Amino acid sequence: MKTSTTDTRLGLAVTLAVAAFLIGPVILSVLAGLTNNYFVGLSSGLTLRWVAEVWSLYADTIWRSFAVALLTLVICTLVGVPAAWVLTLHHGRLARALEELLTLPVAVPGLASALALIVSWGTVSGLRGSVWFIVIGHVLFTLPFMVRAARASMQGADLATLDEAASTLGATRMQRFMHIVVPNAAPGIVTGALTVLTLSIGEFNLTWLLHTPLTKTLPVGLADSYASMRLEIASAYTLVFLLMLIPLLVGLQWLAARGDRPISTTRTSS
Amino acid sequence: MKRPGWMWFAVPAATLFLAFWLLPMAGLALIGAESRNGQSAYWAVLTGTQYWVSLFNTVALSLAATVATLVVSLPVGRFLARHRRFRGRRLLISLLMFPLAFPGVVVGFLIILLAGRQGIIGALTKWLTGSTMVFAYGMAGLFLGYLYFSLPRCVGVLTAAAEQIDQSLLEAACTLGASPWRRFMDIELPALTPALIGAGAMSFATSMGAFGTAFTLATQIDVLPITIYNEFTNYANIPVAAALSIVLGLATWAVLYVAHSLAGTRASAGA
Repeated sequence: MKTSTTDTRLGLAVTLAVAAFLIGPVILSVLAGLTNNYFVGLSSGLTLRWVAEVWSLYADTIWRSFAVALLTLVICTLVGVPAAWVLTLHHGRLARALEELLTLPVAVPGLASALALIVSWGTVSGLRGSVWFIVIGHVLFTLPFMVRAARASMQGADLATLDEAASTLGATRMQRFMHIVVPNAAPGIVTGALTVLTLSIGEFNLTWLLHTPLTKTLPVGLADSYASMRLEIASAYTLVFLLMLIPLLVGLQWLAARGDRPISTTRTSS
Repeated sequence: MKRPGWMWFAVPAATLFLAFWLLPMAGLALIGAESRNGQSAYWAVLTGTQYWVSLFNTVALSLAATVATLVVSLPVGRFLARHRRFRGRRLLISLLMFPLAFPGVVVGFLIILLAGRQGIIGALTKWLTGSTMVFAYGMAGLFLGYLYFSLPRCVGVLTAAAEQIDQSLLEAACTLGASPWRRFMDIELPALTPALIGAGAMSFATSMGAFGTAFTLATQIDVLPITIYNEFTNYANIPVAAALSIVLGLATWAVLYVAHSLAGTRASAGA
C-alpha cells in the first residue's frame, strides 16, 4: 500500500522534532560539562577539569549509589524471582491480589511511600541513618519490575509440566526451583536485573526524603549541585551519571533485540 | 498436585511488602485522621482553599502535559511503525528511548539548560529579538519537563501498538476508496485507542507524582508534590502532609486502575 507523502513527511518532521527536543538538552549538558566556561562558549576550550572536580566533591555519592543499587538488586532477585514463580503457577484470587498489591509502590507517588516509611520506621534506631533505609525504599519501588520480567520468561516454556515431572522423579522443591525454574527464567531475570539497577541508580523521589547528610546518593547529590554549584559542575556531574546509565541501557536494548526468548533446553538435576 | 507448597515462595515478597509498604501506608492514613484542634487533617485538607488550588494546578498541568504528549507521540509512533527499515532507524529509536532512564531531577536540569537563564532558547531569542526569553522556572517549565518525561514512554507504547495494526484492513479500505483521513479515523484510531488510554494514564499518573522535576525548577511552584514536601519539611505539619499524600496516592492509583480496566493493558507510573 502506498502511504501518502504528506503523512510520511509530517511523521518524519514530528519524529525529528521530538528527537531534537529529547537529545538537544543532553548534548548541551555534555558540552557544558566539558567546556572551560559555558558563558563564553566553546571558544573557551574543552576541559576535564569539571569532571575531576565532581569526582573530588561527589565520589562518595557515586560509590554509595553503586552499593545501594547492588544491594537492591540482590534483595529483589532473592525475593522477586520466587514470587514470580508463585504468580506464574497460581491464578487464584490470592495470587492476583498479591500481584496487584506489589505494583502499588510504583503506581503511588514515591513521596507518599517515603513519608509512610519515615513515619513507621524512622524511629528505629540505626535504621534511619543507614543506607539500608534507602535500600528498603528502592526494593519496594523496583520489585514489581523484577517480578514482571521474570514472570514473562517463566510463562514462555511449559515449566509447570517439567516441574511436576522432576517432582515425580524425586527432586526436592529447592532442586526443582534452582535447576528448572531459574535457568529457564534467566533471560527475564537478567532483563529485570538491568531494569532494577537502572531505576535504583536514578531514583530520587523516595531517596530525597529517605537520605540523611551522611547517606547521599548520586541523584541526591545531583539535586544538590543543581541548586548550589556552577553550571559546569552540575553538567559534569550529569555527564558522569549518563555514563553510568549507558552500559545498562545498551544491555537492555540488546536483550530486547534478542527477542527475550526463554531458553528451551533445560537442565534437570541428576 | 504439589503446587500449593510453592505458595511459601511468595512469603518473603509478601512480608516485605506488608512490613514496609502496606502497614506504613495504613499508619500514614491514620496519622492524617488524627485530630488536631478538634479536626482531622483530612478535614483541614478538604476545607483549605490553598490545597484545592494546589490540587487543581496539579491536575490541570498533568492533563495538559498528557494531552500534548499523546498528540505528539501519535505521529511518531505511526511513522516508526510504518517505516520498519531505513538507515539510522535503530539509532533514532535509541535516542528517543535514552531519556526513559532519567530521573525527574535530571529532566528539570535539562529544562533549565533549554529555557533557563543561561538556556539555549534565551540565547536564541536574545540574538533574534534582543530580549532573553526565560520560562523554565514556573508552570511552563514544568509543562515542558512533564512532556520530556512522558514522551519516550508514550512513543514506545504507541509504536508497539501501531506495529500491531492489521495492514490488510488499511489496504482494503484504500482499495474501497477511503481517503487517508478516513482510514486514520475509522481504522487506525480505534485500533490505537487502548494504547492511547494506557499511555495517557501512565503519563498522567507520572506527572501527578513528579517531584524531582518541580523540585529542581523551583521550590515555590504550587503543585501537590511540592506542597506535601513543604508541609513536611518546612512546617513539620506531618498530619497534613500525610493526608495530602493519601489523597494524591489514591487519585493516582484510581486513574491507573480505571485506565487499566478500560484498556485492558498494564499501565504503571514510572520513576
